[in-house]
Amino acid sequence: MAYTPATLQLLSPAGELVASEETAEYLPLIEALSDEQLREFHRQMVVMRRFDVEASNLQRQGQLALWIPSVGQEGAQVGSGFAAKAQDHIFPAYREHVIARIRGLDLITIIEMLRGISHGGWDPAKTNNFHLYTLVIGSQALHATGYAMGMQFDGTTATGNPDTDEAVIVYFGDGATSQGDVSEALVFAASYQTPQVFFLQNNHWAISVPVTRQSRTPLYLRAAGFGIPSIQIDGNDVLASYAVTAANLDAARSGEGPRFIEALTYRMGAHTTSDDPTKYREPGELEFWTANDPIIRFENYLRAQGADDAFFAEIAQEGEDLAADVRRRTLALEAPPADKVFRNVYSEPHPLVQAQERWLADYEASFEGGQS
Amino acid sequence: MSMAKALNAGLQRAMADNDKVLLMGEDIGRLGGVFRVTEGLQAEFGEKRVLDTPLAESGIIGTAIGLAMRGYRPVCEIQFDGFIFPGFDQITSQLAKLTYRHEGAMTMPVVIRVPYGGHIGAVEHHQESPEAYFAHTPGLRVVSPGSPHDAYWMIQEAIASDDPVLFFEPKSRYWPKGEVDTESAGIPLHSSRVVREGTEVTLVAYGPSVSLALQAADIAATEGTSIEVVDVRSISPLDFEPIVASVQKTGRLVVVQEAPGFVSVGSEIAATITERCFYHLEAPVLRVAGFDTPFPPAKLESVYLPDADRVLEAVDRALAY
Repeated sequence: MAYTPATLQLLSPAGELVASEETAEYLPLIEALSDEQLREFHRQMVVMRRFDVEASNLQRQGQLALWIPSVGQEGAQVGSGFAAKAQDHIFPAYREHVIARIRGLDLITIIEMLRGISHGGWDPAKTNNFHLYTLVIGSQALHATGYAMGMQFDGTTATGNPDTDEAVIVYFGDGATSQGDVSEALVFAASYQTPQVFFLQNNHWAISVPVTRQSRTPLYLRAAGFGIPSIQIDGNDVLASYAVTAANLDAARSGEGPRFIEALTYRMGAHTTSDDPTKYREPGELEFWTANDPIIRFENYLRAQGADDAFFAEIAQEGEDLAADVRRRTLALEAPPADKVFRNVYSEPHPLVQAQERWLADYEASFEGGQS
Repeated sequence: MSMAKALNAGLQRAMADNDKVLLMGEDIGRLGGVFRVTEGLQAEFGEKRVLDTPLAESGIIGTAIGLAMRGYRPVCEIQFDGFIFPGFDQITSQLAKLTYRHEGAMTMPVVIRVPYGGHIGAVEHHQESPEAYFAHTPGLRVVSPGSPHDAYWMIQEAIASDDPVLFFEPKSRYWPKGEVDTESAGIPLHSSRVVREGTEVTLVAYGPSVSLALQAADIAATEGTSIEVVDVRSISPLDFEPIVASVQKTGRLVVVQEAPGFVSVGSEIAATITERCFYHLEAPVLRVAGFDTPFPPAKLESVYLPDADRVLEAVDRALAY
């Protein structure tokens, strides 16, 4: 329930850069970031934690059927999210709300999904290649791998131009590593040497079951059995997440094949709003991870870099504004039209579905005051 | 030509017409598939168009989904009917629902070819008829050719569809030869048709059971009974009009299939025809099907599978009302 000697950190919990043999190849990627980019990392973490709290509150007030919190995992998500290039494709699990925002998805779209208005419904072509959430655990790993195979067949990767060569990053959790589909994805990825990064957020809990039930082996070590290079990072270190993901995506896009990153992090809240972590948490666990909070650590770093109170006050206010805006827009959402039941079941006409839609319309119209 | 050759020719034509068409499966490249349906295609189109995949059915379907997202039109081969279940989750929870989940922003033009059915004396998991599972799943289309001509055209039409299509190939019909008109399909993919005209009893069948129904009709004719045979061809959607028209004429319907009868395609046809032809029916709709047991060891397959005698026994029962 903590870091291991192998865990790569670029930023110590106190917020200081770690200079070592292991970090040497990554530190230049951090040095290349502007102050503005570093502050943007922090802005996204802070603003989206506030959003996350608001969404949980909306669920508690009956406005959402469910919320899937990501509090505590902002470092892993923001770092890797900014590491993906514009041409890359991102296959999330279902908790990567901040990456959705980074790629330009309107957050209300996620709210709609969890309010019961859609099953997702966004078009990845319009969200900078941020694909739909997948609720069956691990299924998306295979979709990501197939997509990466398509990049190879298209010849849009491994041309030697890192500014245009494409790659895929797929997110999954520690529970998903027990799913056959994740293993099969690793097999296919290794076999076809896909341009792909497997990004495992080990948040230590699959709902109420600890990661020790999923694996007796540190999960990043499993990749070696598939012939895939891997690394374990401190997922609460946004800089490590950024630099290691960027380096591995570049390796993948350059034709070196798939990579595997295990980001150690912690789900500080519930799995979803429907569970109660007080029933299964180990004593002292939350305290350990609170002390390793990705936001506190990065705030310490930024302050040492010269960020002042005004900056932190500004982003705190931005979080408040976003939360208020999301609340206002959530309350204004309307139920979808009834005919959405029948839309897009098939892309081409299907007589059974068409007949049932006509029947429902006639049935509704048969009531007094009904409309056909 | 044989159905296996017709499928090979249909696949070849689809691949030549559209370079986004890919074949994926186990042993389909160098070997040409265990039934040789893809023979020669890897040599012609290369290893990036005909993929010998790792041995994992969920992996085949799941990566095909990703390739379809990328704009490809994958055609997956599941080696044998009973091996589709490791891929069942990707088919029913992902492939079938992704167009709906995307609200139409993405389509899933994936074909899954499944050699199915008995009569080949094979070991367990190699002779099953799992079509009802997929017909029960919204978002999938399910078809099964009964003749080489239909196989040649229907595989091309399935590949051209922007929806996922489960393509059930009756492996007992892979080798008998039949005429193939390579100029014209005749009728659309999702349509049933009368393949033998008659007046007293309607037999409805699909895939491997079409030839059985025709055989039974031949025998009945020698005994003075006139049987009409409808080849369903498409299980989902199911074109009921030719069946309704036939039953309105004959007043009697017997459905024939290899799959177990309980909650099956035959059950659905019986229910719908009863609903739509109630006043034309002279007898209840009867089902001749595999028993509701696992497919037995091969030495017992002739006990398990419907044969002409069992079809004619049902015809006699229908006529006795």
